Amino acid sequence: MELTLWTYEGPPHVGAMRIATSMEGVHYVLHAPQGDTYADLLFTMIERRGLRPPVTYTTFQARDLGGDTAELVQRSIRQAVDRFQPDALLVGESCTAELIQDQPGALAAGMNLGVPMVNLELPAYSKKENWGAAETFYQLVRTLLKPQLPAPGTPKPSPSRWREKGRRPRVNLLGPSLLGFRCRDDVLEITRLLAEHGIDVAVVAPLGGRPADLERIPTADANVCLYPEVAGPVCSWLERSFGTPVVRTVPIGIGATAAFLRELHGVLDLALPAELQEVEGQPSEAERRSRLPWYSKSVDSTYLTGKRVFIFADATHAIAAARIASRELGFQVVGLGSYSREQAREVRAAAAELGLEALITDDYLVVEKAMAEAAAELVLGTQMERHSAKRLGLPCAVISAPLHVQDVPARYSPQMGWEGANVIFDSWVHPLMMGLEEHLIGMFRHDFEFVDGHRSHLGDGAPAAASGADHEGTTAPAPTPAPATAPAAVVATASPAPGTTTAGAAVREALESLWTADGEAELAKIPFFVRGKVRKNTEAFARERGLERIDAEALYDAKAHFSR
Amino acid sequence: MEAPYLAIPSMGVSAPPVQPPTGAIPGAGPGDILKESGQREVFCGLTSIVWLHRRMPDAFFLVVGSRTCAHLIQSAAGVMIFAEPRFGTAILGERDLAGLADANEELDRLVKDLLERRPEIRTLFLVGSCPSEVIKLDLAKAAERLNTQLVGRVRVLNYSGSGIETTFTQGEDNALLAMLPLLPSSDEEQLLIVGTLADAVEDRFRLIFERLGITTVRSLPPRRSTDLPPVGKGTRVLLAQPFLSATARALQHRGATLLSAPYPFGVEGSRDWMAAAAQAFGVPAERFNAVLDPLVERGRRALEPHREVLAGKRLFLLPDSQMEIPLARFLSRECDMELVEVGTPYLDRQLMAADLALLPPATQLSEGQDVDLQLERVRAARPDLVLCGLGLANPLEAEGIATKWSIELVFSPIHGCDQAGELAELFARPLRRRAVLQLS
Repeated sequence: MELTLWTYEGPPHVGAMRIATSMEGVHYVLHAPQGDTYADLLFTMIERRGLRPPVTYTTFQARDLGGDTAELVQRSIRQAVDRFQPDALLVGESCTAELIQDQPGALAAGMNLGVPMVNLELPAYSKKENWGAAETFYQLVRTLLKPQLPAPGTPKPSPSRWREKGRRPRVNLLGPSLLGFRCRDDVLEITRLLAEHGIDVAVVAPLGGRPADLERIPTADANVCLYPEVAGPVCSWLERSFGTPVVRTVPIGIGATAAFLRELHGVLDLALPAELQEVEGQPSEAERRSRLPWYSKSVDSTYLTGKRVFIFADATHAIAAARIASRELGFQVVGLGSYSREQAREVRAAAAELGLEALITDDYLVVEKAMAEAAAELVLGTQMERHSAKRLGLPCAVISAPLHVQDVPARYSPQMGWEGANVIFDSWVHPLMMGLEEHLIGMFRHDFEFVDGHRSHLGDGAPAAASGADHEGTTAPAPTPAPATAPAAVVATASPAPGTTTAGAAVREALESLWTADGEAELAKIPFFVRGKVRKNTEAFARERGLERIDAEALYDAKAHFSR
Repeated sequence: MEAPYLAIPSMGVSAPPVQPPTGAIPGAGPGDILKESGQREVFCGLTSIVWLHRRMPDAFFLVVGSRTCAHLIQSAAGVMIFAEPRFGTAILGERDLAGLADANEELDRLVKDLLERRPEIRTLFLVGSCPSEVIKLDLAKAAERLNTQLVGRVRVLNYSGSGIETTFTQGEDNALLAMLPLLPSSDEEQLLIVGTLADAVEDRFRLIFERLGITTVRSLPPRRSTDLPPVGKGTRVLLAQPFLSATARALQHRGATLLSAPYPFGVEGSRDWMAAAAQAFGVPAERFNAVLDPLVERGRRALEPHREVLAGKRLFLLPDSQMEIPLARFLSRECDMELVEVGTPYLDRQLMAADLALLPPATQLSEGQDVDLQLERVRAARPDLVLCGLGLANPLEAEGIATKWSIELVFSPIHGCDQAGELAELFARPLRRRAVLQLS
């Protein structure tokens, strides 16, 4: 038994719903009690879907349990097939139905339905949503491709057979689904990118695919595993059973997009175009199709250097974000984690590369604590991290599911490919204060027109900065580090103890009484957006040293201490 | 409402228990009731935690259930806005399913941890779910056990919010029922308002009752979970919400008198509702009219611009919160809407008697749901507005049918004469919006 106040992932049958709803011609009969229909609103509200999810719920009640729930299952299946006439049927159960063991899949198998049927067994008490999505997608593909399975010992098809057949090479894009992060636009972006390199897309699935499309999967020369959370198992199975090679680099960020294209060219035995050739210390020609490299090099971006970034997301987006943040934007990654236990190994490896230990958890309060302890200046996370960051007064960009209606924007905003890198530059950098602006605020802060806490471009409220108090309870993004004139080093290594309510107030008062008038005066010269952090760090320093008062000298001692 | 208050036909003090209407309701009321069973597009009773926990800020609601339960509540409530919500789910794992003894130990451990972390909690509700009921995890016994351990610090109660037993708002009915044994007995004369109201609306009602000379007015659920009202022979119960069947009956067993009235939605319903109390407490008609007439007049004025939008429009209500019948009464009588079908997940004729009597003759009622069949009726009828849950709203809009989300009605302050305008506005807004948008 585990106490959960909020969960990153739903139960596994919601993962199955994501597959069914992403596709066309698939219907899902779910043996479930009243109430489980709540999951429909994830699709109709968050994704603004204009169609009900193709799910029939048996809606059993307590009074049915004494009688024949099996009959109810069979009736629901029959009615669903008659009414919706699907090309393929998924049959499964939610957590409660699993306990009553009606085995709806077995019942359906005995009904002679005349459509391919997949019996979904998704253990609700040990697995979660992404696992359920991956398992459903795998089982569905496996069922539909069974008739085409090559006999054992059949030689693997050559990935360059396109050449012999006189056609363009083609690949499948596997893994995009509803409630996945920006999948709709990623598919468009990657399809365009492939077209530029003369590569066709055979099948996109599950998003927008039909069962008949899944039957065409083996006609492709390679499978692109766009989202390992959903397509990992199916790609491995296709590799084992059909010998289809898998391209596993996820093209998020310019480095990864170039690596993806190189991997793809290698797999398909295509000649690597000159623009993709690696040049020592230089982005390849192709990478300049994105504005990110130049934007990142331009002088305004100098202020991004070493910004402390905390990352928590699904595995795919967390790993990609860590790489982009550290290599392409010059941030310092101070925390990396994921709720995707299935991909924990990969996240741990990515963290180790950055000298970090990965945080693998599905407890958002643990994540929030880690975020505070890491003294992050920017948070990249899910909607939940956005809320945590808000409480801590930190700027945040959302990079991963679970989604909010905001994460399904009307405009084109992929994460993948060259355009995806542009989108990422804007959406991660805009929550921060821009470089020139940061500098100007430092310069003009003594002018009478200048109001402490003013932000020209952030419309979401002024920070509680005037007193240098902590930012709890404000909605404003917090400060970025100081210009060189301020004791910036004091900021850089902070690990402010998050104040607790009553005890915290007493401690706060005790600490405030330590400050002398000249200490306060010196503190007041520090720009407001770092003042709170400088105050905290100096106090931590004073506590550590057992200082009885904090004067200007103590403040500079602290600065020296933290700049080591 | 032109009649002096003593002549309001739907009123009258009733001796406990209220007699269910026998046979046809004279003069008005619904036609045959269509009973359906099939796929239901409704929430389960767990969802009512969303407003109950706000009502009682010193209570914690711990669902003993599955990841589905946790996901349901967070999806229905959008709970990410809370730093640390006062509800959570003890998610059963495979080990708990294998051995109930362990499950009980686990639950005790988890409750202990939770209460250490949240020392401000005074009442803990253990909320049963579909899986906890199917595996027969005895939460009553668990509550008893925990009560002995926590005596004097936290009170532990239990009820079921499971989907196999409750729909949506019935969760509140069960929660209140669980609180009843703790209510002290007293024959003191008092008016007891039962059902969660927004604090502001409740304050407003209290003020009006005070003006009427009804001074002892208490509420269930109370604002503090430990501040429980007494109950006994002098208690007269006014239900603020139409979905509290079991609680109403249990209060009658404790000696309380249930006042029969329409529910306080709209000007007429709110006036009649207060009139029932006024009559029970012997408030003179002149005084009642002197207090209520200005409110009624103002309420009608607030209603008028919305009535203009809604008049003559055809409304289809899908079953959801059990508020459908009183809302249909309000929308037909005060906003001149035409009722195509009034669905309710469950019909308690006794508690709905006053509202049913005020529905236009031959109103099509339906109880239960087979959502595919019901949507076929919606498509065939092409109503101007459909009241429905969030799972159906965008799909219907995409078919060109305007909708109003029903869940807003349980989260918004809509009770009382002063809120009648706002309530009508909730229904008028989708129609206004359609008129404003110039999109092909």
